[in-house]
Amino acid sequence: MLAELVLRELTKVFRARREAVVAVDHLNLAVGKGELVTLLGPSGCGKTTTLRLVGGFEDPDGGAIYLGDQEITHVPPQRRNTATVFQSYGLFPHMTVFENVAFGLKTRRVPRREIRDRVRVTLGLVGLAGLEHRPPSKLSGGQQQRVALARALVVSPQVLLFDEPLSNLDAKLRVETREHIKRIQKELRITSLYVTHDQAEAMAISDRIAVLNQGRVQQIGTPYEIYAKPANAFVADFIGRANLLHVKVKAVRDEQTELELPNGKTISVSGFPDLVVGETVTAVIRPEAVDLAPPESGDLMGKVIFAHYTGSLGTYRVELWEGTSINIEVLNPQEEGFLEPGLLVGLRLHRRTIHILREQ
Amino acid sequence: MRNELRRLVRDPGLFVVVVLVFASLGLFIAFPLGRVLQTSLFPRGVFAPTYFKYFLEGRPYLLRPFLNSLTVGTLVALAGTMVGFIFAYVVTRTDVPGKAVFRWIATLPIISPPFLLALSAILLLGRHGIITRFVQANWGFTWNIYGLPGLVLTETLAYFPLAFMTLEGVLAGIDPALEESALDLGASKLRTFTRITLPLATPGLAAAILLLLIRSLEDFGNPIVIQGRFPVLTVQAYLAITGMYNLPLGATLCVILLIPTVVAFILQRYWVTRRSYVTVTGRPSTAGLRSTEPWIKWPLFGVVCLLSTIVVLFYGMVFYGAFTKLWGVNYSLTLENFAYVFSTGATYLTNTLKLAGIATPLGGILGVLIAYLVSRKRFPGRATMDFLSMMNFAVPGIIVGIGYILAFNTPPIQLTGTAAIIVLVFIFQRMPVGIREGIAMLQQVDPTIDEAAADLGAGFFRTFRRITLPLIAPAVVAGMAYMFSACITSISAVIMVVSARWQLITVALLHEVDNADLSQAAAYGVVIVVVVMLAIFLLDFLVGRVLLRRGKHAR
Ligand SMILES: Nc1ncnc2c1ncn2[C@@H]1O[C@H](COP(=O)(O)OP(=O)(O)O)[C@@H](O)[C@H]1O
Ligand SMILES: [Mg+2]
Repeated sequence: MLAELVLRELTKVFRARREAVVAVDHLNLAVGKGELVTLLGPSGCGKTTTLRLVGGFEDPDGGAIYLGDQEITHVPPQRRNTATVFQSYGLFPHMTVFENVAFGLKTRRVPRREIRDRVRVTLGLVGLAGLEHRPPSKLSGGQQQRVALARALVVSPQVLLFDEPLSNLDAKLRVETREHIKRIQKELRITSLYVTHDQAEAMAISDRIAVLNQGRVQQIGTPYEIYAKPANAFVADFIGRANLLHVKVKAVRDEQTELELPNGKTISVSGFPDLVVGETVTAVIRPEAVDLAPPESGDLMGKVIFAHYTGSLGTYRVELWEGTSINIEVLNPQEEGFLEPGLLVGLRLHRRTIHILREQ
Repeated sequence: MRNELRRLVRDPGLFVVVVLVFASLGLFIAFPLGRVLQTSLFPRGVFAPTYFKYFLEGRPYLLRPFLNSLTVGTLVALAGTMVGFIFAYVVTRTDVPGKAVFRWIATLPIISPPFLLALSAILLLGRHGIITRFVQANWGFTWNIYGLPGLVLTETLAYFPLAFMTLEGVLAGIDPALEESALDLGASKLRTFTRITLPLATPGLAAAILLLLIRSLEDFGNPIVIQGRFPVLTVQAYLAITGMYNLPLGATLCVILLIPTVVAFILQRYWVTRRSYVTVTGRPSTAGLRSTEPWIKWPLFGVVCLLSTIVVLFYGMVFYGAFTKLWGVNYSLTLENFAYVFSTGATYLTNTLKLAGIATPLGGILGVLIAYLVSRKRFPGRATMDFLSMMNFAVPGIIVGIGYILAFNTPPIQLTGTAAIIVLVFIFQRMPVGIREGIAMLQQVDPTIDEAAADLGAGFFRTFRRITLPLIAPAVVAGMAYMFSACITSISAVIMVVSARWQLITVALLHEVDNADLSQAAAYGVVIVVVVMLAIFLLDFLVGRVLLRRGKHAR
């Protein structure tokens, strides 16, 4: 795929008095033409800063940014062909919806007639036709969000930047809006960099996700890859929930790897031909990839210490031995099968979804 | 730093503006001050700080004004802050009637030329004052209002409103729930006041004291009328230059005056404001604690009523004086004084209006521009620009005036005697207020809005004109209203730069005081107050219009 936006060794340090915060740390990323890549990570990991570097609102301390075939590292925002949908929208309160959306076209000296047409088409696209003459203050939160989107879309930027665009909406609207954004983005095939701390949102909307922690990229991959094959414990734990279990490699054959669980039992998983016999590795076990079984009959056994019923899910914490417990989710739990704290249960692990991390 | 420079160069609009602003601040703020310093230290081009030596040796004609200024300043700061605090406490913490009246009375001294109070002090308490004569006739004793008592009295009345306004905000920002919970925990009213309210208001009190100290130190109008045999620095510096033509002495007195004012300013700006417990943005709470006990409430109410009466009496006296034939000699009523003001004095009035009218929009725009630059833009020298532009806040007007005389009386920039020098003094002396208003207003505007404009391709000018300016228009207009009235009432700096061709109404008033024609002076005073009130009323109306128009869109 042709890369439209490339960040190379991008670094940004904020210095305040005596401290220095490395907000973005030698970050490398390429966003393909028409692709939507999400920066995902916990609060304060540098997502917004990265986006602001691309938008030109911050100046990097190192590295470079390329847009198309041009370097734009130090070009001021008004001369970059990017457009941002801001977290707080940044709508101009003294202008109508039409004027807000037309603003970027006016600065580009687009002829009046064309401005009118393009604004109308874009407002139609985001579903705001008929609201042209309202001021932003007379719009709902969702409508304001769509004005912000239209204002960015209308100038046909080379890259569209989103900074947590849904964070000011309520839960239901968030889901609708993200589908809406995704549809428009695919329809216009517009290269996008999207920031969120909400992993469900990231999984739903992204072609690829870059997981960030402390200004560094932890892993870049499709939603499936980062969930099923996390590159490290941080990613495993941040994306969904993960149980991490230290296991020992017993044998490695061409297709099968035998792992010894801490209780001495051996299970056999496929793949991982690089492992060395005798080394200790970390197994990532997803809560939904464990089945309950009668005591003594599974791979592991433990005591239920916590049980929680949420309707669609039954959530248990099972203590395997002193100091180690794992979380389990059971889909669609029934009343008679629901376990009370204190019971002993056996646990059977799904061989196919076990992922192995080399790091300790 | 390198990044900032690169960024600046790549935004040509911003670059040009920053360079121009720096050039103007350097030429019209730093350069005149530099000339004052230079004249005091290098009188004839060589290092000879003679008068500083004399000052340190304790020669009375240098040391006494210094001590006098500090004495007056300290007394005024304490008295004025106390009065202001009582006013603020009554307005924010009790439910007495007439609060709107108190507020209005407290703003009177702000919109009038401060030296009007000195004038009415003389009308009331001077040798031929109404009260003086009454007391003398009935009880046979008399006093001398000139000197320390008159200075402290008039300056306290002139400046306590500043303390009131500061402290009203502070007290309103203290959540009454804190006081209520102290009471709830069994503390007495007094204990609550001393342990909760006062400590929370302490930064505000410190700020008010320092502010009043600065104002008193730099006051010129009141002392020149009423200092008598109690010389203060501002007047002595003025006399050294206009009476003795002794530039090095005048400049040295300026520097001696500058030191305490700048120290107080720096303390106020960088120390007190940082220790404030009360956030400026905190919504003033209106509920609670209005039912103070009667034995606290009514005595305070009495004090406030008394003080308000005094303020009203002082202003009323100016009105009365303006309609008398010749104060101290002939008290029959007449309109002659106004006839004189509108014939002979008409040029002074039109000059003042004309020059203030030119300076106000220029200073307003420049002020907003600087506010925008220092609060929203990053460029090398931003902190310096902030400091330079606010400097005349701390620098006493008389020093600004003397600086202009020293800086602009010879080529390459010869401005003395022109209208331009008066306009420049107006602009650069009054701009800091505009800047402060602008910054306060900008803090209400989400910076994302600016970024969005840049993001959509708007450069510096377009963003400023299309986005920033319309959004803060009400503050701009309000700032200009203030600036206009401040120009009309100002005296300390412009008295140095007026000329026979360009005479101003405030200076004309002082000349009448000098000639002992107090009735005539009072008539000038009345005209000034009326003009200022008209201006404020008109601009209030305009602001209202702007707000209304914007109100349709405002979020
Ligand atoms: N203007 C700034 N000045 C100083 N530190 C900042 C600034 N902006 C962000 N930071 C710091 O940089 C780090 C990354 O911030 P940010 O990019 O906003 O994180 P995120 O968007 O992932 O929550 C944080 O530690 C934050 O405190
Ligand atoms: Mg963020």
